[in-house]
Amino acid sequence: MSCELWQERLDAYVDGETPAEESPALEQHLQTCRACAAEALGRFQIKSATRAAAARRFVPPPGFRTRIEKSIAGRRTRPSIWRRPALAIAVAAVLVLAIGVSSAIFVRRTAREQELSQLLDMHVAALASPNPVDVVSSDRHTVKPWFQGRLPFTFNLPELAGSQYSLRGGRLAYFRGRPAAQLIYELGKHEFSVFITQYDAAASGEADEKRNGFSTESWTSGGLRCVVISDAGPGDVHALGELVRTTQSR
Amino acid sequence: MPLFSQLYNFACWLTGDRAAAEDLVQETYLKAWKGFASYRQGTNFRAWIYRILRNTWLTTEAGMKAAASLDDDEQAALEPETSDTPESLLVSAREHEQVARALEALPVHYREVILLCDLEEMSYQEIGQALAIPIGTVMSRLSRARKAMRTLLTTMAERRPR
Repeated sequence: MSCELWQERLDAYVDGETPAEESPALEQHLQTCRACAAEALGRFQIKSATRAAAARRFVPPPGFRTRIEKSIAGRRTRPSIWRRPALAIAVAAVLVLAIGVSSAIFVRRTAREQELSQLLDMHVAALASPNPVDVVSSDRHTVKPWFQGRLPFTFNLPELAGSQYSLRGGRLAYFRGRPAAQLIYELGKHEFSVFITQYDAAASGEADEKRNGFSTESWTSGGLRCVVISDAGPGDVHALGELVRTTQSR
Repeated sequence: MPLFSQLYNFACWLTGDRAAAEDLVQETYLKAWKGFASYRQGTNFRAWIYRILRNTWLTTEAGMKAAASLDDDEQAALEPETSDTPESLLVSAREHEQVARALEALPVHYREVILLCDLEEMSYQEIGQALAIPIGTVMSRLSRARKAMRTLLTTMAERRPR
């Protein structure tokens, strides 16, 4: 390495900031190169001269320190609610309670919103894919066994005879890192996804809501979480949901 | 109040004006006291309080001017180093007044990085925290600052009547 490059490293050397792996080679060079050694010495001298010249060059005027201390102390003694313990505790308790309740509601709501938007994405993605279903069958006695061994839970599928709904098939979905069943039903030109997943405490609760033009209905029963999603009207979604629900609780 | 004298000294070097330095130090301690909650145990107190002082100074008129000139400083290639013979530096460097004058003559961003390093003896990491810049920038700024300092000292040594 040229002296020019070594000299670029002399500032760090003088400041004791030479990287450990560089140190032996630099020391070695300084022992053999007069020019660099002199340069290093010069920089040491300027550094210590700078320190000597700059240190305590300006001394605070008398009374300045006390003045600042007083101005800080003045702020410290301002009357504060925290000086009245009973009131402070009451205020704190109300705050904690309010924050707790609203955050619990918020957490639950956002969990459900996340659940819905993820499932909605999966519904749309499945229908847009060339193979929307893994098992193609309108027979629930074909579709249900297909899921056996693929899911860590079991469920019943509704008897559709007498209804206008038809089963198109099922696919294995993954929701929150766990396998889930996605069943696809049809009613006229509308398609429905029924997601059956394992119960997730964060997203519990029953709800039916509209989202981006899709109707959804969700509930939890028997340790399973069911969500129905479709571009059909809420009535049709509810009717299918009712069919699935009554089958599950049997 | 920890670091009181050092902070005052540093503030004088930064502002070049005692009244401005007093205001600066007073405001720094007030902010530090109010913001002590934001200071996390285990982080570097010295770097933290110097940073407050510096940020406060940057909101003053003089500080803003200096901050505006920073980009030029950072990019400006310094005039080629005159052939400073270390021997001549050794003589002049011992003379405090000359070094002090050279420090005063430096652009403020060079002055402060040299002072944090040589006077306050901060590590590069602490300087980075105090100035809110990455360590690489600390090193390059320090290198430019020292070069400028050497050039100034050499020029002064040459002008000195023999």
